[in-house]
Amino acid sequence: MTTTEQNIDNILIPILEQVSDPEIPVLSIMDMGVVRSAVIENNMVKVQITPTYSGCPAMDVIGDDIKAALKEAGYQSEIELILAPAWTTDWITPRGRKALEDYGIAAPLGAEADKDVLLHGKRLVKCPQCGSTNTKMVSQFGSTACKAQFQCDDCQEPFDYFKCLK
Amino acid sequence: MKQNLYNYILGIADNSLILGQRMGALTGHGPSLETDIACTNISLDLFGQVRSYYQYAAKVAGDKRTEDDIAMLRHEREYLNVLLVEQPDTDFAYTMGRQFLFDVYHFLFLTELQKSKDLTLSAIATKSLKEVSYHQRFSTDWIKRLGDGTEESNKRMQTAIDDLWTYTDELFHQTDADKEMVAEGIGVDVTTLKEAYYQKVADVLQESTLTIPESKYFQKGGKQGIHTEHMGYLLAELQYMQRAYPNMEW
Repeated sequence: MTTTEQNIDNILIPILEQVSDPEIPVLSIMDMGVVRSAVIENNMVKVQITPTYSGCPAMDVIGDDIKAALKEAGYQSEIELILAPAWTTDWITPRGRKALEDYGIAAPLGAEADKDVLLHGKRLVKCPQCGSTNTKMVSQFGSTACKAQFQCDDCQEPFDYFKCLK
Repeated sequence: MKQNLYNYILGIADNSLILGQRMGALTGHGPSLETDIACTNISLDLFGQVRSYYQYAAKVAGDKRTEDDIAMLRHEREYLNVLLVEQPDTDFAYTMGRQFLFDVYHFLFLTELQKSKDLTLSAIATKSLKEVSYHQRFSTDWIKRLGDGTEESNKRMQTAIDDLWTYTDELFHQTDADKEMVAEGIGVDVTTLKEAYYQKVADVLQESTLTIPESKYFQKGGKQGIHTEHMGYLLAELQYMQRAYPNMEW
């Protein structure tokens, strides 16, 4: 019924890679995994995007930015927001995870480790500043719905952890 | 128009809208920065979910109504949320008690709604469930922290649970739209969630050194549009912008 595969026309990939997440500017929407399909039909590009969280206020901006980028490349486009299959942090690419870390946001752990961290206070999240895992959760909710607030007990720096969403 | 489906969607959406409004109203008023951010994040999730529901309701209505009209321009009697979610933030124990008593239900409900024959509803359910599991963790954590905290926090948490208890039974009442939707394989039979709900709630209360209320007197009416005295004030605030500046889009 549903598929987790992306269907993106190769010609469009470099264009879409230029569009970044407005809240995490180092991360392209492609590496974020929010673009589920992009195909050219009769000179019109049809793009399907899916929200990370239901209330993510960035989705409207992302839609507008995609339209603008495609227009610059000479394409008219239609953006459709789809909910199924639901986005998961597994769709963030390895390059995206690295971009997050470089930006100072700890990338999501696997589902089990994430539970250990958020529920049982285990110290598994790696501090993006100093690399220590001697870190603790300060707040289950952080600066955006997708993140939790952490602090490193070695270098003392606070940082965001991107919560696992399965 | 499929009136039953329309009403069914509103019944689900209004719970999240009104609870989202309650939690959103705490912006800048949370007892600490972390809880403030958490309450507003939960609110944001709920508002995100209701947009999907109301967009779908507008499609089902098939007339000039938009998602904004449906969310913002109905009268009190036309909102179908349960009484629980409109209860005020008497103190933080009430805020967390209300959230917890709803989250446990919400999680069970969405788990079942995923199996709906209606693909839009099942997609929203699957999406929302991931968020609601975080809400449930957060509120459960606070019930335990306050219940098993100081003498004062225990007393307040117990008072909140005792007061809110009377609104829990309504979660499992079936409306006509519910029955119709269950028969069509679209809706969730909420009566089947009741046992798991009270079991889960009892487990958490027990672990929190709180007493499970014995009262068997329950309030109802929200699902029929008959609300408590708090609802009018809540709607006045919720609808202010849309009434003052008509035709805004959220």
